[in-house]
Amino acid sequence: MMQPGLYHILFISTALFFMGVYGFFTRRNLVTMLMSLELVLNSVNLNFIAFNKYVWPGKMDGLFFALFIIAIAAAEAAVAIAIIINLYRNHKSIDVNDAEDLKY
Amino acid sequence: MPNVTIIALIVLLPLAAFLLLGLFGKSLFNKGGGIVATMMMLVSAVLALYTAYQYFFVYGSTGGVYHQCIPWQITWLQFYNGLSINIGFLVDPISVIMLVVVTFISLMVHIYSLGYMKGEGRLPVYFAFLGLFTFSMLGLVLASNIFQTYIFWELVGVSSFLLIGFYYNRPSAVAACKKAFIVTRFADLGFLIGILIFSFCANTLDFSTLIQRLTATGSNEVKTAATYSFMGISALSWGAVLVFIGGAGKSAMFPLHIWLPDAMEGPTPVSALIHAATMVVAGVYLVARLFPVFAIATPGVLQIVGWVGAVSAIIAAVIACTQTDIKRVLAYSTMSQIGFMMFALGVSNYGGEQGLGYTAAMFHLFTHAMFKALLFLGAGSVIHYVHNNDMAAMGGLRKQLPITHITFLIACLAIAGIPPFAGFFSKEEILLAAYQHNTAIYYIALVTSGLTAFYMFRLYFSIFWGKPYENHSAHRHGEGGFVMVLPLVLLAVGAAAAGFIPFGHFVTSDGSRLESSVHVQFSLLPVGLALAGIFIATWMYKTDSDRPARVAASIGGLYKAAYHKFYIDEVYVFITKKILFNGIGKLAAWFDRSIVDGLVNLTGTCTVAISRGIKKMQSGKVQGYALYFLAGVIVLATLFIYVWK
Repeated sequence: MMQPGLYHILFISTALFFMGVYGFFTRRNLVTMLMSLELVLNSVNLNFIAFNKYVWPGKMDGLFFALFIIAIAAAEAAVAIAIIINLYRNHKSIDVNDAEDLKY
Repeated sequence: MPNVTIIALIVLLPLAAFLLLGLFGKSLFNKGGGIVATMMMLVSAVLALYTAYQYFFVYGSTGGVYHQCIPWQITWLQFYNGLSINIGFLVDPISVIMLVVVTFISLMVHIYSLGYMKGEGRLPVYFAFLGLFTFSMLGLVLASNIFQTYIFWELVGVSSFLLIGFYYNRPSAVAACKKAFIVTRFADLGFLIGILIFSFCANTLDFSTLIQRLTATGSNEVKTAATYSFMGISALSWGAVLVFIGGAGKSAMFPLHIWLPDAMEGPTPVSALIHAATMVVAGVYLVARLFPVFAIATPGVLQIVGWVGAVSAIIAAVIACTQTDIKRVLAYSTMSQIGFMMFALGVSNYGGEQGLGYTAAMFHLFTHAMFKALLFLGAGSVIHYVHNNDMAAMGGLRKQLPITHITFLIACLAIAGIPPFAGFFSKEEILLAAYQHNTAIYYIALVTSGLTAFYMFRLYFSIFWGKPYENHSAHRHGEGGFVMVLPLVLLAVGAAAAGFIPFGHFVTSDGSRLESSVHVQFSLLPVGLALAGIFIATWMYKTDSDRPARVAASIGGLYKAAYHKFYIDEVYVFITKKILFNGIGKLAAWFDRSIVDGLVNLTGTCTVAISRGIKKMQSGKVQGYALYFLAGVIVLATLFIYVWK
């Protein structure tokens, strides 16, 4: 069985990144947008891990970056969901197009 | 050598009085402020007399020639090696004479004010301002540097402004003090430019060095200065003219005299001190200080000085004949007498017998200070008694005010030039100098001295003779007590006796001794004219009659023009209001509103228009913003990867 190489993983990571971006731009539901954002973050994580393993196998830097990003993503998700809940209380909706009070 | 401490004390005591009364007047000296200031002034005056005695009789002359000494001098601002602004004392005959005049008149006015200003609120402030004025005037006369003169010159202007506007709740006083300040300040602009030109030519600001360099024929400075000219007139002449404009403004010479009559809005003792005896002669003093430059380097400008003085003298004398406010009559008389001093300088030459005009001008300055201060203080007593400035409201006061009457008469005789009073001697010298050098000015001066006698006795008879004045007000206070009478008596002694001082022995253009004698034949004509003026005044004003009105009617147009001061104020109003405000002012306002403001507004309008156009980008849609962000990232990525590598 063929071992997956660096390019395979980068391919998956890129695909994941653009799926996330696509979801972020097309979904109107804020929770879904948040989930798409998580995809983007995790594609970056994959990149870090892959480069760490294949390019500098003796080092741990990439690994720690990934860990930090997971931690920050968790915090960010908590903040974002709190914002979404408050938005829902004000607007009775979590459609991103309804939240345009701050336009010009 | 002169004692530096004493000279410094003369100058600094009035300053100390100013600081003391200005800072602590309200809290500490509300009652005794005037006494404190007067005591300080007394010490200063005594020291000035002592200095004069020491200078003239002990150390001042070597071999019969009085020389300048600079007992103290420091460099204040060094521009570059050779050109610096120094602060120092310059002791020479004219500065010593001015020291005595300023401190003595100031002392008299201080004493007089104790009575005249009694019961006035802000009394400490009044005495503080008097102290400031005296300090500035003393600093001016002792200045060793032309820039130091300028500094004190402006200080004198400020204190004059403050004192004219002392009754600041009177609109006319406010207008008068502004007028005085603006007119003299305008003239001082000329003075400043003149200083710059002189210092540029001579490469120094120091009086003695400047005079030495600019009067030596063939010196480097004169050669350099001769290469510059403007409108066909040499730079040196321009400098002299501009300096003279400054002096003319301060000395109320035609046509910059318009502020002096209005300055009579100040308290009467102030008029006596500043606008009669001391400050207004600063212009004469300035020309005298720079006299060698005027006489040797720029004789043409000296001609101008002479003619401006003569014209001022006769115009002011004619106006004085028609005014009815006694202080205004005296103001025009002051202007006329300063005109005498100016043209005396104008007809003088440098050195020896030819320098008679110079001596005569300083002599007249000295005697004029005595009798004019006396006239003003006497007028102050009259106003104090009558509570009115108008001649028509007065009459027959010789019974009620006997001492004022006698002293006023002495002053009138002195100013009219009747021997043996002081004015006779100085005026004869001036006329003699004019006769020797410029006959046209001599005849103008003759007419003017006749007119002087006429208007002074018109004033005298209107106040003290004629229909008795009825005192309607309940309180009668006579002549205002000892403090108001003492200065009158002392000044009367000065006005009567000052003429016997052999002035030519002490003050001459080059310091050497000048013998002056009274020429009886020469004196006959001016004295005769003065007596004629007095007789006409007696005929017209001694008893109430319709003679003044008939005379006025017979010369109709001239009387009306003189009564309206030859419409010079109106000319000024026309120039400022119509030409400056309406013409240039409106143009400048239009430029400011449409061009300057227009540019600013254009920037604003552009900003608003652009932001209107791009504000749609601020849509409030989060995904829209994200799209801009993504586009930016892609562009940057493309640039980094493919363009900039």
